Amino acid sequence: MIVFLVRRCIVAGLVAVTVIALAFMLTRLSGDLAISIAGANATQADVEVIRKAYGLDRPLLVQFLSWIDRALVGDFGESFFFKERVSDLIAKRLPITVGLGLCGLGLALLVSIPLGMLAAIKENTWVDRGVTVFSMIGQAVPSFWFGLILMIGLGLHLGLLPISGTGTWQHFVMPSVVLAFTGIPALTRLTRSGMIEAIASDYIRTARAKGLSRLSVIGKHALRNAAIPVVSIAAVQLGFMLGGSIVIETVFALHGVGYLAWESIGKNDFPVVQAVVFLLALIYIGLTLLADLLNALLDPRLRVA
Amino acid sequence: MKSPALDVPRSGQTSNVGLLVGLAIVGIIAAVAMLGPALMAQDAFTQDLNQRLIPPAWMEGGRPEHWLGTDGLGRDYLARLAYGARISLLIGLITAVISGVIGTTLGVLGGFFGGRIDDAVLFVITCRLSIPVVLVALAVVGLLGSSLPLVFLTLSLLLWDRFAVVARASTMQVRTLDYLSAARCAGCSTFHLLFREVLPNIGPHLAVVATLEMALAILLESTLSFLGLGVPPPLPSWGLMIAEGKDYMFFYAWVILIPGAALFLLVLGINLVGDGLRNLLGTERLR
Repeated sequence: MIVFLVRRCIVAGLVAVTVIALAFMLTRLSGDLAISIAGANATQADVEVIRKAYGLDRPLLVQFLSWIDRALVGDFGESFFFKERVSDLIAKRLPITVGLGLCGLGLALLVSIPLGMLAAIKENTWVDRGVTVFSMIGQAVPSFWFGLILMIGLGLHLGLLPISGTGTWQHFVMPSVVLAFTGIPALTRLTRSGMIEAIASDYIRTARAKGLSRLSVIGKHALRNAAIPVVSIAAVQLGFMLGGSIVIETVFALHGVGYLAWESIGKNDFPVVQAVVFLLALIYIGLTLLADLLNALLDPRLRVA
Repeated sequence: MKSPALDVPRSGQTSNVGLLVGLAIVGIIAAVAMLGPALMAQDAFTQDLNQRLIPPAWMEGGRPEHWLGTDGLGRDYLARLAYGARISLLIGLITAVISGVIGTTLGVLGGFFGGRIDDAVLFVITCRLSIPVVLVALAVVGLLGSSLPLVFLTLSLLLWDRFAVVARASTMQVRTLDYLSAARCAGCSTFHLLFREVLPNIGPHLAVVATLEMALAILLESTLSFLGLGVPPPLPSWGLMIAEGKDYMFFYAWVILIPGAALFLLVLGINLVGDGLRNLLGTERLR
C-alpha cells in the first residue's frame, strides 16, 4: 500500500511539472511577448524597457524556473489589465467556480445514480432504453445553447430565475443545472454498466439464494460494488466540470475563475491565463490522485501496481 | 468483466434502428453541406440591411424566399446554416483523422511493446488528460488569432486521448492472441505485425472512437466559436451564429434555436451511428 501510494504521488508530481511547463510554453506561442505587452504605438526603446522590466530578455529556462519558484509560494505576478496581484484576483473568484462545480456535481450525482440503477435493474426494457435515449440526448446538447434556452424559458418567459449575475443563490440555479447536465450522461452510463456487472456476479446470486429481500440485494450488495467506479469518476468529473465552467460562467456572466480566464485571454493578459491553467491542471491532478486512492481504499484488488 | 457467453443477446432491431436514424441524420446534413450552397438561390455572405431579422417562413411576417429567415445583417439563414454544416463536418472529419493518427500510434506502440514504452505512453496520456481542454484551446486561438486551420490543429492536438486509451487496451488484448504468435513464428517483421495484424483487428474499436471524437470536436468547435475564439466571422459556424444571435434572442428566440437545433441533430446523429456501430461490432465492453 505504501509503495503504491508513493508511486502514484511521484507520477502525479511528474505530470504536474510537465503540464506546467506546457502551460508556460503556451503563453510564449504568440512570439515576442514584450511587443504585445507594449502595444501598437510603442517605440523600439519602450519594448526594450518592457523586456527588461518583465525579465523577458533572460533565457526561457531561467524565466520558467523563476516563474515556478514564485508560483510555489503563490506569487503569480501582476495582471497587466487589472493591475492587481493575480493571486488576489483568483482568490476572490475561486469560491464561485468551486461552488458552482460542487453544486453541478452534486446535482449530476443525484440524477444519474438513481437513473443508472433503474436502467440496470430494468435492463433491456423500455425503461432502460428510455434512460439510454435520455443520456444520448444529453450528450448531444451543446451546454452553452442549453444555458441560453433556460435563460429564455425560465428567465424571460416564466420569470422564475434571474438571467445572469451572482447576487443571490437563485443566480446559481440555472448554471448548476447546465453544468450538471454536462456530467449526467457519462455518470448515468457508468452507474448502469457497473450495476449490470454487479447484478450478474456470483455474490448477488448467493445473496438472492440466501433469500434476502430485493431491496437489500440491490441496495446493499450490488450498489456498493457498482459505486466504486462511480466514486472515482465523480472526482475526475469534478475536474472536467471546473474546466468546463469557463463556458457556463461566460454564458451566465458569473464572475468566477473561468470568466476571469476568458476575459484575460481576450486582453492578452498572460500572467492570469498562465496561472488559471496552472491552477486547473493542479486541481485535476489532485482529484485524479484522490480518485486513485479512494479506489484503492474501496477495492483492495487495485492496490497492486 | 462478464464472459461473452453470459451476455444477454441484444435485440438487434433496436440497435439497428438507432444506427439507421443516425445514418439518415448525418447523411441528410452531409448532403445539404455538399450540395446546398451550390443549389440555393441565396448566398451565405450577402448582407441586406433592409431585410434584417425576417422570421422563418412559417412564422408571422416570414417570406418564402428566406425559408429560415435572415440574421441581424440580413443574410439568409438557410444558406448560412448549410455553409455552417460544411464547417462542422470538416472540423469533425479532420480532427478525427489527425487525432486518430496521433492517438492510435501512441496507443498501439504502448500496448504492443509494453514495459518502459508503455509507461511513457501512459504518462503522456495522463499529462494530456490533466490539461483543461476548453481553456487551453481558447488560449491558443486567443494568442495566435482565430483561423480555421488553427482550430483544426488545436482540436486535433487536444483530442487524441480516447484514441490512445482504446488503441492501447485493444492492442493489449490482441497481442496475446494465437494469430499474432503464429505470424511472429512465421518470421514476420514487427512492422508487418503492427500494420497487418494488429491495426486491422483493432480497427472496429477505433471506428467507434472516431465517431465519438467527431461529435466532441464539433461540439468543441461550436463552443470556441460561441466564445468568440474559434472560427472567425463572417464564416457561418453554427456556434458563431448562436453567438451573433445572442443579442436578439430575447426578442427572436428562433435566431438561436435554429443553429442550436442543427448542432444538436448532427451530434446526436453521429453519436447514434457510433452507438449502433458499437452494438453491431460487439465492442460493448471496450469504451
